[in-house]
Amino acid sequence: MNIRLGAVLFGLLMPALGLAAEYDLTVDRVQIDSGDFVKEGIGYNGASPGPVMRFKEGEEVKINVTNNLDETTSIHWHGLILPFDQDGVPGISFPGIKPGETFTYEFPIQQAGTFWFHSHSGFQEPDGAYGAIVIEPEGREPFRYDREYVVQLTDKHPHSGDRIMRNLKMMPDYYNREQQTVGEFFSDASKDGLMNTIQSRMAWGDMRMMQADVEDLQGFTGLINGKGPEQNWTGLFEPGERIRLRFINSSAMTYFDIRIPGLDMTVVQADGNNVQPVSVDEFRIGVAESYDVIVRPKDEQAYTIFAESMGRSGYARATLAPEQGMEAAVPQLREPARLTMADMGGMPGMDHGSMAGMDHASMEGMDHSNMEGMDHSNMKGMDHSGMKGMDHGSMAMNQGAASDPFYAKGSGLMPKAANGGKFLSYSDLKAQDPLYEEREPTREIELRLTGNMERYTWSINGVKYEDADPIRLKYGERVRFKFVNETMMTHPMHLHGMWSILDVGAGQWNPIKHTVSVNPGTTVYVETEVDAPGQWAFHCHLSYHAAAGMFRKVIIEGGPDSNQAKAEVVTEEGGEA
Amino acid sequence: MSYRLPLTLSCLLSVALLPVAVHAQDMIVDTTERKQPLTTWGIQFEEFEYRYSDDDEELAAWNADFFYGTDDFKVRWLTKGEYAIEEQAYEELENQLVGQVPISKFFDAKAGVRFDTPEGPDRTYAVLGVAGLAPQWFEIDANLYVSNEGETSAELDAEYELLLTNYWIVAATLDATVAFSEDREIGVGKGLVSTETGVRLSYDLIDRAFSPYVGVVHERKYGDTADLAETGGGSTEDWFAVIGARIAF
Repeated sequence: MNIRLGAVLFGLLMPALGLAAEYDLTVDRVQIDSGDFVKEGIGYNGASPGPVMRFKEGEEVKINVTNNLDETTSIHWHGLILPFDQDGVPGISFPGIKPGETFTYEFPIQQAGTFWFHSHSGFQEPDGAYGAIVIEPEGREPFRYDREYVVQLTDKHPHSGDRIMRNLKMMPDYYNREQQTVGEFFSDASKDGLMNTIQSRMAWGDMRMMQADVEDLQGFTGLINGKGPEQNWTGLFEPGERIRLRFINSSAMTYFDIRIPGLDMTVVQADGNNVQPVSVDEFRIGVAESYDVIVRPKDEQAYTIFAESMGRSGYARATLAPEQGMEAAVPQLREPARLTMADMGGMPGMDHGSMAGMDHASMEGMDHSNMEGMDHSNMKGMDHSGMKGMDHGSMAMNQGAASDPFYAKGSGLMPKAANGGKFLSYSDLKAQDPLYEEREPTREIELRLTGNMERYTWSINGVKYEDADPIRLKYGERVRFKFVNETMMTHPMHLHGMWSILDVGAGQWNPIKHTVSVNPGTTVYVETEVDAPGQWAFHCHLSYHAAAGMFRKVIIEGGPDSNQAKAEVVTEEGGEA
Repeated sequence: MSYRLPLTLSCLLSVALLPVAVHAQDMIVDTTERKQPLTTWGIQFEEFEYRYSDDDEELAAWNADFFYGTDDFKVRWLTKGEYAIEEQAYEELENQLVGQVPISKFFDAKAGVRFDTPEGPDRTYAVLGVAGLAPQWFEIDANLYVSNEGETSAELDAEYELLLTNYWIVAATLDATVAFSEDREIGVGKGLVSTETGVRLSYDLIDRAFSPYVGVVHERKYGDTADLAETGGGSTEDWFAVIGARIAF
């Protein structure tokens, strides 16, 4: 009945379909050349990354996706607000696209900004099935720029996704080549004293945890827009122009610290949503996040876009230059990151006695003055209870570094700008124009991020997806999610279909995101207005963590029935028009 | 993110939303691979080597492991042997087929059967064991055996890896066997039977898939077992220089 009514209405309105746009995408086996190696992978329209899909806010899009693979595929429109059956997650939104089949996605574009799309089937995304989405807004943007470039990063690995998963399951440190060596033992011993070093090693050994466990997957080549460091993707500019760089991290596993030596970056958008501009020297982009920054190179010279992986095992590099062929110096990688006991703060039942092994020697000469002026107001939303028993002395390890409340105090992952300047923190992100009214959440749901590195199992509340019941939310409620990271890895948590309002302590100015990074030993709160009926995926966006079980289905119970929905939309929107 | 749209478009949008609301009634059940336990497999040769002893004996030796299964249950085939090249005979040939389940954060329990089919009498054993990672990074594999002759014995395997660099690795291994009763036919006396200690320096040449190494292995028999070996004209203590490769895929 409803369908028929819809069809009739649709038919009547066909002539008015001026705003509908149709796109075609094919999913193909492709060759990927990183400059370091050539491998077979998966791409769109014959290439990886796929094309930049350019949509307009307000248009109705129709995307025909033809599967030329010999396996099922899918496309998830990462960050787009759309009907759940268009969200592209096999088993949750739809059955998937079979080999040889063409599936037509149809949905309205109700937002603007930088997003991306990728396969949600198997390991097709790490194998190359990803591309960028740029949505032009209906109205004016609150910032100006003269040209724009998509800067899409990935961590291209010579091994296939299946092989990587299998190797990680067989030997969790298979790809870790930044482990502590005999040499490091002696250099630590000469720095911190022999006994301290032995105690520290014993404390970690007792837990069977590695301080070097920052990046599960090393040995990749960082690509920017499909180009390796040697192939040097180059964006051209005229000196004095404002350039909008749309950074998207499409990596399977890798966080990048991004800087452009010689240029200030003004962050204007995070995860496709405008934020109050903040000027930074460097920022860390979590897996699946996006940041739009504006730079204004004034000189007739080349600038290097340098994206160093968080664990310093690899990098991506590109260039901004007045003409092709110009290049600037490429910085050296910094020292590999080492976790500290602070990063273990979230672990339950941890033997804090073993912390005796903490490196007290390095505390000497600790400059407490650096800690003053720390902005404690930003710490709202942080759960200090998770940090009990933490050795605050470990702060010394980051002396001089600005403290970011989204990292455990003294965390070995605490970011620090290479030039000593400003490093972006989540607490700097304030919504430009809040989408939602602020209101009290109806309830809180605690999600402990759990796992076992030695078995390479990853889970939520200790339960893998295969054994988990769905999370049930009620249409119309506002849920407060409490993420407690009990692992020593960083997890970029992505809720499909609805925004994650990240609690940075800014009240109604809290930014809305689609992916929220939760660092080891920390608790992060996000709130979600449950305004999208259907069922959705909710998972860690590290490909091999999601596949190992850190994944949930979310079911939205209730919701407007079709007639009501229609009436509401018409009244609401008609009223405003 | 503005919703200020012309009226026509609003109608269009609402129409477009209609089928969605209808579909929302029949939400699918996840039967994809993601919802199934992750099944995985692997092959590892901890040792695959040529041994040359201090009394000029030449051996080919291996110690390998094939597994298939999920986090909750794995089937593992463990095989190890020593082949005397000159005599063209297996001095040692052992195959185990075990099922393995996790019992703690870092340890698994194993149960299954072991078949020993070297030159000479064969034995079949029931196996019960634990394997996992002990504090301070010791890889432990401890097993209890009951043979078809009713004799019981136990074996402890320990391994420690020292990273000279992230590619040059020294692996120290200790393998000790204790018998709780005598099995004269296969030359096993009661008490500490034998130990095999090894130190190998390897280099990860291709990922962790192929790591050539050189090393030294010391084998020794003790107590009644040593006496039995001497009576049979065999040696009770051997030193070997070894060259080989660790293989994993």
